[in-house]
Formats: sequence, structure tokens, C-alpha cells
Amino acid sequence: MTQWTRKDLLALEELSEKEIRLVLETAYSFKEISARPIKKVPTLRGKTVVNLFFEPSTRTRVSFELAAKRLSADAMNIAVQDSSLSKGETLKDMARNIEAMKVDILVMRHPSPGSCHLLARSLKIAVVNAGDGSHEHPTQGLLDLMTIQEKKGKLEGLKVSIIGDILHSRVARSNLWGLVKLGAQVTLCGPKTLLPVACERLNARTTCDLEEAIEGADVLNILRVQLERQHGCLFPSIREYAQKFCVTPERLRKAKKDLLILHPGPMNRGVEIAPEVADGPHSVILDQVTHGIAVRMAVLFLVSQANSIRKERHEVSV
Amino acid sequence: MKFLFKGGRVIDPKNKRDERCDLLVDRGKIAQLGKNISSNGAQVIDAEGGWVVPGLIDMHVHFRQPGREDKETILSGSRAAVKGGFTSVLPMANTEPVVDNRGAVEFLLAEAKRVNLVNVFPVAAVTKALQGEELSEIGELADAGCVALSDDGKPIHNAKLMRHALEYASMFGLPIIAHEQDPTLFEGGVMHEGYTSAVLGLRGIPSVCESIMVARDIELVKFVGGKLHIAHVSHARSIELIREAKRHGLPITCETAPHYFSLTDQSVSRFDANFKMNPPLRSEEDVEAIKKALKDGTIDCIATDHAPHTEQEKDVEFDGAPFGIIGLESSLGLCLSLVHAGVLTPTELVTRMSLAPATLLGLPKGTLSVGADADITVIDPDAPWTVRSEEFESKSKNSPFVGWTLKGRAKLTMVGGRLVMRDGKITKSE
Repeated sequence: MTQWTRKDLLALEELSEKEIRLVLETAYSFKEISARPIKKVPTLRGKTVVNLFFEPSTRTRVSFELAAKRLSADAMNIAVQDSSLSKGETLKDMARNIEAMKVDILVMRHPSPGSCHLLARSLKIAVVNAGDGSHEHPTQGLLDLMTIQEKKGKLEGLKVSIIGDILHSRVARSNLWGLVKLGAQVTLCGPKTLLPVACERLNARTTCDLEEAIEGADVLNILRVQLERQHGCLFPSIREYAQKFCVTPERLRKAKKDLLILHPGPMNRGVEIAPEVADGPHSVILDQVTHGIAVRMAVLFLVSQANSIRKERHEVSV
Repeated sequence: MKFLFKGGRVIDPKNKRDERCDLLVDRGKIAQLGKNISSNGAQVIDAEGGWVVPGLIDMHVHFRQPGREDKETILSGSRAAVKGGFTSVLPMANTEPVVDNRGAVEFLLAEAKRVNLVNVFPVAAVTKALQGEELSEIGELADAGCVALSDDGKPIHNAKLMRHALEYASMFGLPIIAHEQDPTLFEGGVMHEGYTSAVLGLRGIPSVCESIMVARDIELVKFVGGKLHIAHVSHARSIELIREAKRHGLPITCETAPHYFSLTDQSVSRFDANFKMNPPLRSEEDVEAIKKALKDGTIDCIATDHAPHTEQEKDVEFDGAPFGIIGLESSLGLCLSLVHAGVLTPTELVTRMSLAPATLLGLPKGTLSVGADADITVIDPDAPWTVRSEEFESKSKNSPFVGWTLKGRAKLTMVGGRLVMRDGKITKSE
């Protein structure tokens, strides 16, 4: 059995297939806790988890908070309106202050890619990436994997199409690494302007044709169009985006009967996904949200355990 | 004061000299070259095993004074320069305030004289306050002693202004050093646009944002004349365009920096802002094109773009960190790797690092001819050494090469007949 030895969870790119499977297995074992009448176990009693969020988020923040609380950890949230640099305090200094308050796990969302790596390098406590700019959103990737695996029984050989703004999507990147490592075949689909230039080197098929992405796919993961990241000239209008890339019941006519529809939320109904599709029989969007808590419980547990072992070893060696 | 360099390999591309001989310096000038010159009261410097070359010239540095003396000063920058084997440097104009007036040029020259280590040739701004709107008083700046014009750090977006800058500066024989970058294609980018940026989710700077401006400025030179020097070339297509322009005899020259042939965009993968510079580290293909162009002379010279920044500015989120790395103290070691790898001959290396910048700037430097200023660097081409942050003379430590083991470095630096650096120690004798 693989053991989790990492202090932090920063990106799925750096995890091995075995490590990803370990998180998923751990998440399955935690899933049942949320279904109990008393949804609490003492696993992380006495530990403190801080959710430091530099971007607005409801789903991810609440999910991490509930995950921590169901493991009996003390959880608190810090929402920072704009990056602390503007106030003259660096991110590192801010995080060091949090560490000095003897917090055990720092969960961070930040608009800059690599910001969690920066903190992981300079802090002794665990850092969990809850989304760093357009880089990665590893727990989202893991909960998507868990959802697909649970519904399909496997990931190997599945055809998964990720649709939308690939260029700016941390969800797309985490999904891509996770899926490829676990043996799925990935197609990235979106307008040409929203596909990264070196896309073809990413171990995925790329296409600008939505029909092609839907045909033969076992799973569609439909990304939110992030209007705030479009910088004015990447596509002409929401209207045209919806015309060309909205996943509608008509477009699903040729799709596989057992197709799964995923969406990381929050949805723009009628833009990237038609309401009938979001609420239809293929949709597993709410299962994703449920699995989010199990995956985050697993991640908090694994990094906490690894850090305890690390500390014990350190004490023994001293 | 007389010095006799004994037994070194004297490499002087201007005079097509590459031979073991002695070299005598008398009263600040090169006095004599030949076999077995007798010391006759001169201080003898044993140059056995070393290369005796015309002092290295770095035509692209940022010394941050006035304004950001916490990053670098004329003094600390000069110390870094002589330690790296440089005898002449050209500080860029983007200080605070900008070097766009006579007073600022005179301040630089006065401060350099007070420090008295390295020859400082100021570069003045093309436009007032680097705003890209109105020409600086270029005539007066020339009178004050600037040797070139540049808005380095801020590309000149306005083609009409660039046209007139080329025309106007040509009256005074001054080259325009252009930072070639289309601001609209660049917008918000922090690293080379390619596979690594796609993986890291960092905003890309497309290569075409450089080559498109190179193409524009070549067209302008073809149309109005003037002297154009293209700074820090990073992209293979820019090189093709320059090669073609040179073939047509246009007065265009260019430089690259050691990091553009030593590193690729792949090294950004740990989000370390010491790998963040502008232009950004590019692809393997670009690195190969740069090496080839250094060999065939399409790239005239190597300059460092020495850009000091404090640790607190650099040790932040990658996209929030300023662009730039220091280079004066690692440049020669990195350039020598091209010689060790068989890319350049020693003569070609000395041409790129001394003769070519002197020639294109019209400076009476870059040679060991009898009667020339005794600006001399003695290079130990084979000594292995490790780049260490605590050993930098520069006030800033923002180098991606810390921890690298390089082969070869400057052993001695002499400026105007004064010994300023020996075995890593800044000496400054009279």
C-alpha cells in the first residue's frame, strides 16, 4: 500500500498515479461519514485548519470548512479582498504570521499561479492548494475523478472531453493530469483563442468542434466561462459563445447513452450548459459537490498524518 | 606606473593577434607587445596559462542610481563589473529620475569618477521620462556625454516617434538601442508562451511580440536610415530578420544576454522569480538559433542586461515579481561555456564581449593596440568555480545561476592602467 508522504498538496501534475489512487481510496472511506445522522469523527481533533481565500468562493470554501469540521478540526476562514501586496505586507509574511499562531494546515486560494508553491517552500505547516490562478485546482480534479470512477467503475480507457476556456482553467489542468495518469483519454475543446498554444503537447486531443468532442465521449466536463478573464478580445460575445459551445439537448442527440455531464460550478445556465442538460439524467453535478467534501476530508487527513509522522521522526532524530 | 603581463596568451581580435607574448603597460596606455620584454622597473604580472584580452564591455546594465540605491549603486555595480572582468559599462536610463537631461548624465559621470573603478558610458532616454511621447533633448544629451539612446524597459510603441528618433539621433551619430516588444501582444505576460506556460497557467509572452517590432524597426531604418541596435534578442525569428537586414547592408546591430543561451522557459517550472526576465527565457529552438547567430556574427555582442532587484521584491508570487536578473559576475563564466563547448573560438568570444560593442558604439576601446587605453582583462579559462549568492559584489542577489559550477572567470581587471581587481579582490591601486 502506498503511503502519503507529502507535506502539501499543490498540484496533480506532481503526483504519481499511486498517490492519486490513495487519495481516492481514502475519500471513499470518508464519504460515508457525511451520510450519518451525526456527521463527525474525531480524526483531526485539536488540529487547526485556516482557509485563506484571496478570491471569492462559496463552494470550495464551504466544502473545505465542512471537511475540516466533520473531522473535528477547528476551521476558520480568512477572506482577503485584494492581494495583501497592495497593503504592503507580502503573502509570505502574512502566511508566516498564520503559521506562528500554530495552525496545522493552510488551505489557500490565490489568483497567482504558483503562490501555493511559494508558501509551501517557506512554511513548515501543510499547504493545500484550493486554486492558484489558472494553474491548478487539485481537489476539484480529485473530486471529478472520484465522481467519474464511482459512476463508471473505472477511469482506464474512458473518453473524457473537457469543454470551454481551457487557457484560463485551473480545473482543466488538474483534470487533465489526473485523467491522463489514471489512463483516461482526454479531449480538450474550446474556441481556438481559449486553447493554449502548445496544447498539442499536453497528452490530449484538441478540437474546436463541439460535435467532435461530444461524439464517442463517456464524460463531458463543461467549464464555466470566466467572463472576468476574457480581456476583451478572446471571443466576440456571450451570445456567440452559447451558439457555438453551449452543450444543449440537441447537441447531445448523437452522444453515448450513458454519458456523464460534469460541471465544476458555478454554472452560467444557457451559456456553456443548457438548463435541461444541467438538470438532466446525464448530470452528476451535485454528486461532484458531495464528493468534494469526501475528497477534502481525505486530503486534510493525509497531509496531517504525513506531517505528524514527519514531526515524530524529527523528534526521534533530535 | 608600469605593468608587465608575462607569458599570457594575448588575444586581440582587432589586430588579429592570438599568441603567447608579453604586454607592457606604461602610464595608462598599452606601450609594447612582444616576446621576452624585460621588466625594467615594471610590476610583473604572471599571466602564464591565462588569456590577456582587451577589457570586457557590457553595453547593457542597470545601476539603479539615482532612485533605487537599495538595489544597486554606481559603486556596487562598478564593483560587480570589475569582479566579472568588465572595464566599461553602459548604464540604462530608466532610473528615478530618468536620465533624460544634462544634469542626470553629468551626475552619472561625476559619480562614476568618484567611484573610479570602471568606465561608465551613460545611455540617455530617447523620450522624456520614457513616456514614449516626446523626444528628449538629444542634442544636449550628446553634448553632456551620453553614447547611445534607449527607452530600455519601455518599448517605443509609436512608429512615427521611432522614425523621428532614428532620424534625429543620426545627426549626432548616436545609436538607438531598442527594446523590441509589441505592448499589445505582450499585455500582462510573465513568461514565454509555450508548453511550460500552458502547464503552469502563467500568462504567456508570445515570441512574435519581439519579432514583429524587430521587423517594424528594420523597415524604419530602411526608410529613414539612422543607427539601430537591438537589445537582448531572445527569439529565432528576430535573428532571421536581422540576418537578412544585415545582408542588405543596413546599419543594424544587436546583442543577446548569457541567460538566453544558457536557459529555456522550462526552468520557470518551480515558479522561481529569479527566472523571470523580459524578454523571457524562450525555447530550445531559440537557444540554438542564438548560439548559431553568435557564431556567424549576426548577433554582434553579448551584454548582460544586469537588472538588480531586492530579495523581498523577487521572493513573491511569480506574476507579481519584477522582471530581470543580475548578470555581471556570472556572464564571463557562462560565455566561456560556449568556448568549452566548441561553439565560439576564443577570438570570437573576445570580439562579442569587447571589440564589437566598442566598434558599434564608436568607443576607443576593445583593443590592445599600442597607444590604446590599458583596459585589460586576464581570464583564467579553465578554473572551475561555483556561483554563490554571498560572494556577489552586487547589492542584489537575483541570479538564476546561484549554485552553478562554471569553468573559467576573470583573474584580473585593469582599467586605464590601474589594477582594480585581482583574484576576486577589488584592489584599486593608483
